[in-house]
Amino acid sequence: MSGRPRTLFEKVWDRHLVSGPVQDGMPSVLYIDLHLIHEVTSPQAFSELESRGLGVRRPDQTVATMDHSTPTEPGVSMRDLDILDPRGADQLDRLLSNCTRHGIELHPLGSRYNGIVHVMGPELGLTQPGMTVVCGDSHTSTHGAFGALAFGIGTTEVGHVLATQALLMHKPKTLEIKAEGMLPAGVTAKDLILGIIASVGIDGGTGHVIEYTGSAIRSLDMEERMTVCNMSIEAGSRAGMIAPDETTFSYLKNRPGTPSGPGWREAVAFWESLPSDPGASYDRSVVIDAAVLEPMVTYGTNPGMAIPVTGRIPDPNTLPPGQMKGLGKALSYMDLTPGSQVCGREVQAVFLGSCTNSRISDLRAAATILDGKKVAPGVRMLVVPGSEQVKRQAEAEGLSEVFLAAGAEWRNPGCSMCLAMNTDRLGPGEYVLSTSNRNFEGRQGPGGRTFLGSPLTAAATALSGRITDPREVM
Amino acid sequence: MEPFVTVGGSPVPLLVDNVDTDQIIPASFLKVVDREGLSGGLFHGWRFLEDGTPDPGFVLHQPKHRSSPILLTGENFGCGSSREHAPWALQAWGFRVILGLGFADIFRGNAHRNGLLTVTLDAETHRSLLASIQADGDAQVSVNLEMQEVTLPDGTASSFEIDAFAKHCMLQGIDPMGHLLEQLPAIEAFEAGHDGRGNGFSIQKDAGTS
Repeated sequence: MSGRPRTLFEKVWDRHLVSGPVQDGMPSVLYIDLHLIHEVTSPQAFSELESRGLGVRRPDQTVATMDHSTPTEPGVSMRDLDILDPRGADQLDRLLSNCTRHGIELHPLGSRYNGIVHVMGPELGLTQPGMTVVCGDSHTSTHGAFGALAFGIGTTEVGHVLATQALLMHKPKTLEIKAEGMLPAGVTAKDLILGIIASVGIDGGTGHVIEYTGSAIRSLDMEERMTVCNMSIEAGSRAGMIAPDETTFSYLKNRPGTPSGPGWREAVAFWESLPSDPGASYDRSVVIDAAVLEPMVTYGTNPGMAIPVTGRIPDPNTLPPGQMKGLGKALSYMDLTPGSQVCGREVQAVFLGSCTNSRISDLRAAATILDGKKVAPGVRMLVVPGSEQVKRQAEAEGLSEVFLAAGAEWRNPGCSMCLAMNTDRLGPGEYVLSTSNRNFEGRQGPGGRTFLGSPLTAAATALSGRITDPREVM
Repeated sequence: MEPFVTVGGSPVPLLVDNVDTDQIIPASFLKVVDREGLSGGLFHGWRFLEDGTPDPGFVLHQPKHRSSPILLTGENFGCGSSREHAPWALQAWGFRVILGLGFADIFRGNAHRNGLLTVTLDAETHRSLLASIQADGDAQVSVNLEMQEVTLPDGTASSFEIDAFAKHCMLQGIDPMGHLLEQLPAIEAFEAGHDGRGNGFSIQKDAGTS
């Protein structure tokens, strides 16, 4: 297409514009290709539809899973949940009845393709380049790894999409985050995104859609790209995108939701037109040197409070005024001393899971470190695969045996201890090294304290029971 | 949704930056299929002591702040998850306006769609308002959405920005759903010429356990 050079975001936005703003301050109408739903943020939206006498306009573009409130203990079924967790069971029952009534494809607890919504969508090939994807969940940004425009929405908007397959939106600005250089050994996509957030700040991306570019991004595989895009929201951006390329296409080939034969070739030809044009401009650009990154861990109560695992916790008294607001309060909650090392801090739990890091490559990475070794006495390690497919694959490869032999718990898929809606939670005052995405106060259980890190750091930490640099055990 | 009329009161100072939605309403309170009981979960981790009793020192529990419709906070309020339970819980408690130095995108949209007004103050106005409240705990402000003005305790007015559509919906007390439904003919016409790819969601239905 001729004309002004456009970014990946602009191409996807333009392609889904039903109508632009009729006057200044008015929103655009944006068409939504794929709507993913789950049990926690959808019931009130279905009730709203009912009270207005509306149906689901495109059930064929809506796919549901159960993930947030679900148990991960092996052998616990939906029926057991009626007794163990009646309120969680209510949510699952409601999703089931809503999906049945409206003809929506649902992957219920225990079924073949069930999983965390942001693991399930990509692995089924539902998420494709150039699409608009929404879900009542802020980590919908994950799907941007495919060059889709994907973002989290509230429950009122879930109702809007169910009823119309469209949303009212103001066009966001664009932020390019260019990560150049090769990630050193032991430094993962998780460390890269934690480094990015620490650099741009947790509201650095507010009002913007991020496009991740640069050689460090191009060299990531799809699961690593998902980890990066997943935490765009932790930098304040509703969406983060990566241009589709051969890595994307080879991941998507032969997935249940992707076309085959001539349809596949057509799709690839379209996808190849999506990357930002040479000369396209962004509202802002930031450059990150990936080659100097180290494994990152958080020490505070937001994901921007992260340092290299070899580093020291900043001191609120020696920082310039206005920097790292809330640091004193955060360190008090975490019971950590300014200026001290985070490496060597004891943990009582290790959580390997969540939509950030529960895919097969994450489990493989952790298993290489745990293989033939034992989790430290007194440390509880939960390994929660992102989906039934990941679980089966890990079992076929013998990874589950490695985890069990090491003394870790091998669980069923779900969001689990990332947000502690089920019984997978920390006790008050306990510390966890978690591969999830949020270290907010009480996020993983009331009074619990979270260090975020990569699957490699999680495995290394599980072995010693103390925050450990994974490069020491690789 | 009720139309937004001018709201006045003494702002409740919760001067923490980056208040995330897990603080506003912890995930354990999201196990509902309606909007009942959410005010009980508001700021739960901060409002209650370890033994489960209310913390009388927490700002929301102080008698003079108990019924104020205005919350005053810092930067990046509402960061984190997309849970609309956060504005629902704030409204259930009685808040109609949140004054701050900045709001997270998803939270702000969710709040406006429910008639909870977020107002971003400039740093100088924020400082001056805070000084007034610290000098006089009953200092009153008034928030006029029609005029896009906050009247400070000293009587000066400070203007604020808000997108025209959100303002229209809040003043009229309407959810934007009606506006979207009016667009259905345009949406259908768009669909006719749009290849959504991924239109072959041909995954076999599989409700059984594996």
